[in-house]
Amino acid sequence: MFPPQFDYERPDSLDAALDALADEDAVPLAGGHDLVPMLKARERTPGTVVDLGGLAALRGVERVVADGTERLSIGALTTDAALLDADPAGVDALLDATSEVGDAQIRNRGTVGGNLAAAHPASDIPAATLAAGATLHLVGPDGDRTVPAGEFATGDHETVCTDDELVTRVSVPLDPDAGGAYARKTHPSTGYAAVGVAARLRVVDGAVADPRVAAVGLLDVPTRLPAVEGALVGVDAGSPVDAVAGAAERATEGIDGAVREDHVVSAGQRCAVLPEYTERAVSAALARAVGREGVVA
Amino acid sequence: MSGEESVIEAEGAVPTTADEGAAAGGESVGDSPLRREDARALRGETTYTDDFGQEAAALAFVRSPHAHAEVAGIDTEAAEAIDGVVAVYTWGDLAESDAPMRLPVRTGPLDCEVPGHPVLAADRVRYDGQPVAAVVAKDRYVAADGVEAVEVEYDPLPVETDPEAAASEDAPTLFEDAPDNVAAVGELGDREATDRAFAAAEEVVSVELENNRLIPSALEPRAALAEHDRTEGFTVTMTSQSPHGHRRKLSHTLGVPERQIRVISPDVGGGFGHKGHHHPGEAMAAWAARELGESVKWTATRSANYREGAHGRDHRTTAELALDADGRFRGLRVDTHAGIGGYALGGGGAMPGWYGRLLASQYEIPAIYCRSRCVFTTTAPVHSYRGAGRPEAIYVTERLVDVAAEELGADPVELRRRNFLDPDGFPHETAVGATYDSGNYEPTLESAVDAVSGLPRGGERDDDGRLRGVGIASYVESTGGGFESGVVRVHPDGGVTVSAGTHDHGQGHGTIYAQIVADEHPVAPEEIEVVEGDTDKIPTGTGTFGSRSTVVGGNAVAESAQEVFGKAREIAAHELDADPGAVETTDSGFRVADGAGEGSDAGDQRVSFAEVADRAYGRGLPEGLSPGLEATTFYELDNTAYTFGTHAVAVAVDPETGEYEVERYVAVDDCGVRVNPRIVEGQVHGGVAQGLGQARSERATYGADGALAASTMLDYALPRASDLPDIETRAQETPSPDNELGVKGIGEGGTVAAPPALVNAVVDAVPGVDHLDMPVTAERVRTAIED
Repeated sequence: MFPPQFDYERPDSLDAALDALADEDAVPLAGGHDLVPMLKARERTPGTVVDLGGLAALRGVERVVADGTERLSIGALTTDAALLDADPAGVDALLDATSEVGDAQIRNRGTVGGNLAAAHPASDIPAATLAAGATLHLVGPDGDRTVPAGEFATGDHETVCTDDELVTRVSVPLDPDAGGAYARKTHPSTGYAAVGVAARLRVVDGAVADPRVAAVGLLDVPTRLPAVEGALVGVDAGSPVDAVAGAAERATEGIDGAVREDHVVSAGQRCAVLPEYTERAVSAALARAVGREGVVA
Repeated sequence: MSGEESVIEAEGAVPTTADEGAAAGGESVGDSPLRREDARALRGETTYTDDFGQEAAALAFVRSPHAHAEVAGIDTEAAEAIDGVVAVYTWGDLAESDAPMRLPVRTGPLDCEVPGHPVLAADRVRYDGQPVAAVVAKDRYVAADGVEAVEVEYDPLPVETDPEAAASEDAPTLFEDAPDNVAAVGELGDREATDRAFAAAEEVVSVELENNRLIPSALEPRAALAEHDRTEGFTVTMTSQSPHGHRRKLSHTLGVPERQIRVISPDVGGGFGHKGHHHPGEAMAAWAARELGESVKWTATRSANYREGAHGRDHRTTAELALDADGRFRGLRVDTHAGIGGYALGGGGAMPGWYGRLLASQYEIPAIYCRSRCVFTTTAPVHSYRGAGRPEAIYVTERLVDVAAEELGADPVELRRRNFLDPDGFPHETAVGATYDSGNYEPTLESAVDAVSGLPRGGERDDDGRLRGVGIASYVESTGGGFESGVVRVHPDGGVTVSAGTHDHGQGHGTIYAQIVADEHPVAPEEIEVVEGDTDKIPTGTGTFGSRSTVVGGNAVAESAQEVFGKAREIAAHELDADPGAVETTDSGFRVADGAGEGSDAGDQRVSFAEVADRAYGRGLPEGLSPGLEATTFYELDNTAYTFGTHAVAVAVDPETGEYEVERYVAVDDCGVRVNPRIVEGQVHGGVAQGLGQARSERATYGADGALAASTMLDYALPRASDLPDIETRAQETPSPDNELGVKGIGEGGTVAAPPALVNAVVDAVPGVDHLDMPVTAERVRTAIED
């Protein structure tokens, strides 16, 4: 529980941070909820910890319009609590998921970008960004690039972000008509999601359209639930209960990868509860979309 | 509700008084003043062991990653070369000293001669996490560097973590003198009589069950700060529930007389048993402090605390109940394998041998036989954990009664009622040798049942499609064994200091003892100082565990108070020139009772308690009285006091996921006279929380490789506040006739009653299932429904 000695730097600009991270023995520190326990357990033994806390430019939430699309741009160092305080419209599932992260103390320090960059397989926020079709913005010595949420994580704590790159912001497309929600089964020991499901959908002409449903805790990376999405298209928003339940029953169909398990919650149990939490997320998302559409259920 | 003399008092009816509310000279027992301990704790003003000795050298252990292995070699050179590492020790260093450095074993009840747990592994490790080498460094960071640099070569041996399998023929042997790994076989009751009862029985039901292994999770991990002075000897500040107990154990381990060891236990952040046991940390810190001539501090990390134990429970049991045609219990036969870990720790190795003493629970069962095998396994030592044998026993009986009700088609409430002991039949000696002091079971049962009457049950589906169930468990808990010291010392200015050999670690002794000493005496509770936790300040005592402090500690201080205030009254009578019998107690002193003195102003003849105290140490004492105003009592009960009650649980199960909610939890407990009803309620809440943790989620799982899979709080499913239901409490008071205060202990009742009540409720909700093992996880419920 006591890390070996390491150097500590707190750069005050993005360029300085990238310079510091060019040292292959350096790691970035944001909220620290993933990194610090690993340091204490000596699972990671960096030469330098680069504290990003001085990069004020990476904090804040704003609406931007790009290519005619309205998006919410969230600075990577925006704390979970700050995002919740900002309470932006159009990102229901993201706010739901963020409110499930840890507890108030953790949300006061944990950051949205750090949460995504850590790529914990059971972290809540990545389910919402995947369901929302968000984009992550990365910067490194060779310049900027963007990565779709679904292509960011490549494994348990593994991402396409290289050691000398940083996530600077995440941008979430806004759709005033869409409804979203996140529901999870809390893991009895870790407190993370045993499974967490984010849903985002629209109601067009009284029927479900463009559903996107994503789960965390299930595989090593966040995953869409293709069979659920397929079954939801065209569901009558006026009397959806049975159809949503039926769609949710198909949650594990077409999932690609080994379902996670540990000695507290088995893979079988995760699969068994997935439909229930899928149904909860989809139902709540649909209710919100219906409310916005003005459709009377 | 039956039982005319019983008054069941519901939560909310508990009288609450402010701190100053209890009238001095009046009755304070039965009030609920705010706990004097809480303000300090809430403000962060408490000082725990790790808060002391900030400059001390840090001790850390190299721990075995293997559950069972020969230690082939240890290379400490690289660690010793680290700047800031003071010393690295192995068993060889300890063996060269004159200290035994093995944690003592109570071998008397064992069937084998086994060595005690070596403070550092001698040649073999027998559980994951066993200390192999010790590093002392200038601070804990460097100590951790040193630990990482020690190289240990292990030759792994086969592991067996399951107690039943460990007792089988092909299991690896841990100790030569116990080739089958069975350290002891405990037998209780009459085997032949029980066999006869079964042969004559109309019905026999049985159940096989596991009492899951648990890890004590006190918020504060164990710690010890050791200092040694050639004149003063050892001073060990440590996380102890039992300072005198630890002094005695350290005396054995270090090989020095008790008088050369002072144990100080400051604020302690929870214990639940494992801070009463002796672990390597305090012994190693003390040994190193003497060796190095400087202060050495050891503070366990959470994982070290988890891997080192001592753990609790870990029983595998087959139990059978014999009934006659009327549904009366005729016999109970129980066979248990209990894991005791890789070493017998103190008396822990033999503890399962007597757990069966509570198997009769609240029932008339003429014949009982219990055989328990205490089995070495390649796991951390097992010892008493909140409840310590009582939860294991009551779980067996209360599950069996529900299984019997199910198989006979009987109502589980009626089956219990029919077999209850007669309230007029106390004291009652059970077939397993426990003598219950007093009891009146039916009103507590009726109250609990009444609370859940009308709720859907038996697998009935509610509007949400959830399966509903109700379960109850009736229990008896043995509380308050052994002796305890209690001192009441009145200072010349009238101030009062009370001390006892128990040690508070969350219970509220300061509040309780002050109430007891103030009761009917001329001093207010808030004016009484209560001191515990220092072997140099307090006469030898026993400590706090086994729901014993109010029972034996409370009676010890009460007896001392009687003596002290009796003498004060004599002095007062002398001062007032009255007969002691004519003197009565006031808020702050004594006066001549109305009509007892000469003249009409007798009631105005007063003397303050401070004046009496001053007189007690001065001149002019009445003839025959010696100076001084203090008393020391060593109090011992011939028998323990038997708390009892019934808890009722209602659950709603989602048949698709197996997840379930506790819709209602009602605890009806009778712990005799309640000194402080609010503290009793708090103890019930805490006990139920721990009991539900065992029932629903906790399990100290070891992997196939013998490593503790549940070695952190991320991996051990301790319940969180949000996992717990609202807990309703109700109380009945049936005084114990065996002690002057009439009290019984309540520290563990919740851990005893909650597990069977919860399991009975879930089993009731799930059709066609006759048993579910703990922890009753959603997965176990779901797969049971699917099967």
